[in-house]
Amino acid sequence: MDTKGLFMNRIDAAFANLAAADRKALVAYLTAGYPDFDTSLEILKQVCGAGADILEIGVPFSDPTCDGPIIQASSETALKSGMSLSKSIELAAALRQSVETPIVMFSYYNPVFRYGVKRFAEEISRAGVDGVLIVDLPPEEAGDLVEALAGKEIHIIRLAAPTTRPERIRMLAGGAGGFLYLISRTGVTGTGGLDPAAIALHAAAVKKVCPHPVCIGFGISNSDDARALAPLADGIIVGSALMRVLSKADDFAAIPALAAAKIRELRVGMDAAGMCAKS
Amino acid sequence: MTNKLIGQYPDKSGHFGCYGGRFVGETLMAALADLENAWNDASKDVVFDRQFREMLANYAGRPTPLDFAERLSEHVGGARIYLKREDCAHTGAHKINNVIGQGLLARRMGKMKVIAETGAGQHGVATATIAARFGMSCKVFMGAEDVRRQAPNVLRMRLLGAEVVPVTCGTSTLKDAMNEALRYWVAEVEDTFYVIGTVSGPHPYPVMVRDFQRVIGDEARRQALEQIGRVPDLLVACVGGGSNAMGLFYPFLDDRCEMLGAEAAGEGLDTPRHAASISGGQPGALHGAMTYLLQNDEGQIHEAWSISAGLDYPGVGPEHAFLHDLGRVRYAGITDREAVEAFKLLCRYEGIIPALESSHALAAAIKEAAGRPKEQAVVVCLSGRGDKDLDHVTAYMKENKLWP
Ligand SMILES: Cc1ncc(COP(=O)(O)O)c(C=O)c1O
Repeated sequence: MDTKGLFMNRIDAAFANLAAADRKALVAYLTAGYPDFDTSLEILKQVCGAGADILEIGVPFSDPTCDGPIIQASSETALKSGMSLSKSIELAAALRQSVETPIVMFSYYNPVFRYGVKRFAEEISRAGVDGVLIVDLPPEEAGDLVEALAGKEIHIIRLAAPTTRPERIRMLAGGAGGFLYLISRTGVTGTGGLDPAAIALHAAAVKKVCPHPVCIGFGISNSDDARALAPLADGIIVGSALMRVLSKADDFAAIPALAAAKIRELRVGMDAAGMCAKS
Repeated sequence: MTNKLIGQYPDKSGHFGCYGGRFVGETLMAALADLENAWNDASKDVVFDRQFREMLANYAGRPTPLDFAERLSEHVGGARIYLKREDCAHTGAHKINNVIGQGLLARRMGKMKVIAETGAGQHGVATATIAARFGMSCKVFMGAEDVRRQAPNVLRMRLLGAEVVPVTCGTSTLKDAMNEALRYWVAEVEDTFYVIGTVSGPHPYPVMVRDFQRVIGDEARRQALEQIGRVPDLLVACVGGGSNAMGLFYPFLDDRCEMLGAEAAGEGLDTPRHAASISGGQPGALHGAMTYLLQNDEGQIHEAWSISAGLDYPGVGPEHAFLHDLGRVRYAGITDREAVEAFKLLCRYEGIIPALESSHALAAAIKEAAGRPKEQAVVVCLSGRGDKDLDHVTAYMKENKLWP
């Protein structure tokens, strides 16, 4: 890993601090610009305040093939409100003015490719982004992105799936930075369908070969899930469950507080798991 | 031609120059590697090849004729026009060639559940057909809008025992059907085979589908040598995803032979209502491949538009993107109106009711033939029959004063 300069990547710093405190990371995915730019910025701030350790800002895309109905719907709403990749970068930059929480830009590849991979890398670097996760860009196709990010303090977050075979997990883990995103089950993003016993086996196998923290995502809905899964890895990622709560709000003004409440609920579950493990 | 093309592309990782590749979520990577291995094995296996050939002959009714359209040629008054009659194949379109291949491969891999996306319903019908023949379960994802537009094909799929899943997300058309099929596949990847209907998608689909469809061009080349005494001067095919076009063009790539792909220009390339990804799009990644796409400056995909549901797709197979950039194949837009006029001409002059998709190729061929001497020969891929389009075409004709 690149350690030039005095600056430590915020994701690395976050995991170092969490490990020192014997806590797990709560990673919160939020669709950028949902339901509109200003509300989205307020949601992100409050989610940080409520205890999210890392933010994933999801760039909405017209054809989100890796996402289930909830994130499809939030992406559609965000696009209708005028959201785009360039505005998502603006959103990250605006957020960076007031918080130090690590930010991961989550996107499909096409918006990034169309924008220009180099230009994307430069602009997110200036915005204060700490990691990128391109969900449909396997390492085999990521040469341009790797090159564009070289020398920047930005990690490429990689994913491993239940279908990923051991030799490939080693390859993915070796090339990744920040943390490895472990997909809990086959399927797209959404809530439910978790099999903690299977995830435990998979997570243990992955942790053995991965030099980075491992976070589990997809299907985590509530504090019970958080309690069950957090001990299996270094953190958990919550997206659809959060976006579903937001979609239930009566008006935009109510959304940020709902998001914060959901984060606190999950945090309680995770911290309870921590205490069980110790007692 | 100085450089040979046949057998040179794609490279090992499925790239045709800067196009193609594998742009998918990690969950599908293992399944694509398995599919690639199975396909590599099967394509070298003489038993697999014999099964494929036998089914093409006995089930699909191949070879399809190469048919000289004498009256149409006279009417146009230029080059001689020949029709490669894929409309004569079982299920009424070239789509059957590909599903026989993928069906055999699914069976060989022990996967007895197949899924497919469909726009016009031709690929859905073909997949349902092969699933019935092989005793497989079959789910077809189809945009809710297309379910409405293509009611007869929905009935056919249901009769054949397939489940038709209407897709209501996004624009409710072919691209959304493909999105939903990919989502379903991610969840059920362990025991499900995804039968993609054209030369798009992640590697190995573009090369595999092209190799299953090249029977069109292999036959046409042999038939042309017999009937015309040489390779034709020009080949024309419509390009939705581009499977009938790749099938016809591929075996001729190293010959001295011009090629023209007809894209759907809808209401005109100068309007937003078209489906011409190469003529009116820019490179990008969608549905697993880098290729030309209809999209805005921020990489959001546009809705495609065409009178023909089978061409109504905002992307194109990556090999076409490659052949376009090389200058080996020309691509031109044909409007709805031009296609319907060609449709009508073929009905009246040759007694053949063509698919609206194929009518785009026909319109392009007629334009080209008109400017060429009688000694030249133009081969058009008549990719399918038009029964499925009758309601649509007659309504269009009445609205636009082309009736009767
Ligand atoms: C008769 C016919 N021709 C052409 C097409 C377009 O597909 P492709 O470009 O892959 O040949 C379709 C698609 O449904 C079709 O039904």
